[in-house]
Amino acid sequence: MTLSILIWLPLVIAVVAALIPRPLVGRTAAIGSVITLGIAISFLVRFKLRHPGLQFKTDQVWISSLGIHYKLGLDGLNVALVVLTCVLFTASLAWAAFREWDRPRLFYFHFGLAQSAVLGAFCAQDLALFVAFFDLMLIPFYFVVGMWGSGDRVRATTKLVVYTLVGSFFMLAGAIATGALASSRHGAPITFVLSSLQHMPLSHASQEWIFLCFAVAFLVKMPLVPFHGWLADGYKSMPIPAVAVFSGVVSKVAAYGFLRIVLPLFPYAAVHFQMLMLIVALVSILWATAVAFTTPDARLVVAYSSVAQLSFITLGIFSLRQVGAQGALLQMVNHALVTAPLFFIVAALAMRAGGSELLRDMGGIAFRAPVLATLFLIVTLATLAMPGSANFIGEFNILLGVFESKIVIAIIAFTGVVGAAYYALRLFIGSMHNRVGPAVVSRDLRLADAAPLVAFVLLILALAFYPQFGLRRSQPTVRTTLSATQAVSSRITLASR
Amino acid sequence: MTLLLAAAHIKGPHIDWAAFSPLIAPLAGGLVILLVGLLRSPVVRRQVVPALTIVTLLAMIGLAIWRFHHPASIISGALRIDDLALEVDMLFAAAGIAAVLLSWRAFAPREAGQGEYHALLLFSIFGMAAFVSAQNLISLFLGIELLSIPLYILCASETRREGSLESGLKYLIIGSVGSATLLYGLALVYGSTGSTDFSAIGVAASAGKLAGGALGDPMFLTGLGLITVGFAFKASIAPFHQWTPDVYEGAPTPITAFMATATKAAALVVFLRFFDVAALGAQDTWAPLLAAIAAITMIVGNVGALGQTSLKRMLGYSGVAQAGYMLTGVVVGTQLGIQATVLYLLAYLAMNLAPFAVIVAVERERPELRDDITSLSGLGARNPWLAWPMTIGMLGLAGIPGTVGFIAKFQLINALVNGDYTWLAIVLVIGSMISLGYYLRVVATIWMRPALARQPVMAGGSQEADAQDAAPGVGAKAPTLQFEVAFVALASAATVIVFGIFPSPLFNFAAHAAHAITGLF
Repeated sequence: MTLSILIWLPLVIAVVAALIPRPLVGRTAAIGSVITLGIAISFLVRFKLRHPGLQFKTDQVWISSLGIHYKLGLDGLNVALVVLTCVLFTASLAWAAFREWDRPRLFYFHFGLAQSAVLGAFCAQDLALFVAFFDLMLIPFYFVVGMWGSGDRVRATTKLVVYTLVGSFFMLAGAIATGALASSRHGAPITFVLSSLQHMPLSHASQEWIFLCFAVAFLVKMPLVPFHGWLADGYKSMPIPAVAVFSGVVSKVAAYGFLRIVLPLFPYAAVHFQMLMLIVALVSILWATAVAFTTPDARLVVAYSSVAQLSFITLGIFSLRQVGAQGALLQMVNHALVTAPLFFIVAALAMRAGGSELLRDMGGIAFRAPVLATLFLIVTLATLAMPGSANFIGEFNILLGVFESKIVIAIIAFTGVVGAAYYALRLFIGSMHNRVGPAVVSRDLRLADAAPLVAFVLLILALAFYPQFGLRRSQPTVRTTLSATQAVSSRITLASR
Repeated sequence: MTLLLAAAHIKGPHIDWAAFSPLIAPLAGGLVILLVGLLRSPVVRRQVVPALTIVTLLAMIGLAIWRFHHPASIISGALRIDDLALEVDMLFAAAGIAAVLLSWRAFAPREAGQGEYHALLLFSIFGMAAFVSAQNLISLFLGIELLSIPLYILCASETRREGSLESGLKYLIIGSVGSATLLYGLALVYGSTGSTDFSAIGVAASAGKLAGGALGDPMFLTGLGLITVGFAFKASIAPFHQWTPDVYEGAPTPITAFMATATKAAALVVFLRFFDVAALGAQDTWAPLLAAIAAITMIVGNVGALGQTSLKRMLGYSGVAQAGYMLTGVVVGTQLGIQATVLYLLAYLAMNLAPFAVIVAVERERPELRDDITSLSGLGARNPWLAWPMTIGMLGLAGIPGTVGFIAKFQLINALVNGDYTWLAIVLVIGSMISLGYYLRVVATIWMRPALARQPVMAGGSQEADAQDAAPGVGAKAPTLQFEVAFVALASAATVIVFGIFPSPLFNFAAHAAHAITGLF
């Protein structure tokens, strides 16, 4: 069982689903995603601990004259994320399968393509392959938002795509330059395989501009502050299953890209721009928290909380400390496990509040919905990183890492943790308690809606009890990932002495 | 009588007919078709003539494959039939086949005469083949005229439509200006180097035989500049591109498709041949100039396309931008650059034919909208067989992974970075970003806008119109898909995807073309 099967299976299922009668399409896609999830779990089970290198490698030459390989592999950085992707897609497709969609074949086709592209981006071990999957990932979302979105969907989707593709094109230029400059600098044939590029460091000047190209692409995708223009419109008009996976895993590809590509390949630039990235992340935390305080829209509260979380993850990565990066990885998993159910809950709330997603139209929904209220409360407490949840451990590790490297940033970032408690509780209380909204009809969850939420809550609880599960797998790989930047920073410290 | 005798005594150059055969095929086929077109039977005119044209072009492809890897300089070194020439010959033939298929049921050939229309197309292809094989200034000029004159006529072949005539006339005037400029430039280069042969010019330019070296000889430099302008007119490179949208919009759509792909390919390959062979020694002089022109072209083309509502005009501007991309491969003057340009040309053919075929189909479906972008509204729901090729074509032109456009752009950027033109690569990337604005607008119109309600023809206003509106197949339901048009669209789209996923054969193919030009590294 190779990784290729895992990556391409969703697309194959989507094509099959596009050929069968319309009423069965949704269920086929959902069952197919369960099979994919099963395969992903089998990889997790077979994953060897304390093994820093790549496992389940697939390596074939894709374009020989450019030295591009079709190279896939799992290690501590991506194994959890791959499983997480399958979990989120399965949940989203299960959620979608119980609803009617206009032109369902096309809808599920785009979902399958999206899942294949995201899995491909996580597994790719070749720079060009990563870039290809990273760009490809966006196309299905372009169609999903534009065709099944709400509000001014065409405008929203155009904004989303133009923002992200502009970033991606910068990354494309940077990626090609990495391969071409590395080969000319070291007199070696051109290659884009990550493990080979790591041994062919670029000059400092090239590292700097290429780092900025990659950073723009990743920051747009997350999105962090100066690049967030598409966020409100995009998240607002995405259909719920799409926004759950987009915020849950697609944005994580960007954070993962920093760990997989930027830190090992451009260690000098990463150290050079560390402060810049930390400040961007910090501003982003404060800004997103402030907006989440005030926005009247329940969905946007979740969206901005997700920005704040991703800023924390970036903070952890650019602490350039092992503990920070570990925390960032753990937090990627945690965040996906809370943000996706939150979006489903927002959809459930809107259904009970006469279709409106505004907080002022909600209120008092908990009255006859104890199951919904309980699940919502658990997710909310996880979101605000209640001690005892895995999110607490993630944020703690991140802040510890930043504390070790830049203490002032860490102290300011603590306010973000406090802010999270406020906006998460504001969302919960505003919708579930308070004065009953004008059009609110309180009723409990249907089984179909409750099932994915229960699954997420169980996963959140499991990780809360046993966070080591994720940490142990990533430890050896994170150490090697950070070795290059640590070498650079220690050299700089020695030089300054 | 004496004249005939004298003619018999002039010793013509030896001609290697086998190597010449790929060029003879369209010429001979064109003559035969001109005669067949005189037959009166409508079946012969409407079916046999196009079929014969396709057979001729297939024969051309076959002969080109046969002569592959057998480079030869023929007719006293006037033409060089090498892998580069043969590959683009195949490209011309493919574009020609597509044009014939798209015009199978079109108005243009019926009005212009089936025999003449198809024969002119073949003569134009012959001219292109001669143009890209040219090894000296004379055959270069003969080639450009041979390819242009039939195109002037073909643009105006819808003789009852004002737009088509206007387009033909505009193209004629602008094309003549371009040709005249080119000719003047050729004369100056000949005057300064004393040779018409490309390699001899190359030797003269690099060996410092010019007065004051290549950089110091004003005559040579002026000649080079004028030649650049002449080529730029044909390849529609800014600032000599203004004719392109007008001519593209007015010409019959199959001819526009042919011009957009084949003529552009011919002009760019000649750029490769002339600058990377004849003028290579003077690279310091022209490379910065061409780089600047390429950068301007990319920006002008992409910005110009943003505001267009006519699809053909939009594709015209997009073609300007794409020509700018391809020109960058000439600028770097390396093997990699040539390979990238040829690769892009092949990709460009497939990526453009798909949209043009779809435009032909929607124009026939809704003649009143012509090629306005609104004619695509709701195409995704109405006709997925046309919607997907258009979408794939647009995504390909935009350079999205999974399409051959991504691979082609990748290789171009690689060649640029490798040749120390990183800034040009950045301009290319910025150009691609701008281009998203209009390519995605088309995709959004197809999938995300509801279909336009058919404009009710004033009831009772005209009986004819009412009858037409009520006629089956014209009214509410879209007319049946025309097989040959759909075939062109789907085949091109499939090519875009297949080579986007398995690009290695395309790379090898382009590498052969690059090896045909020696003296580079």
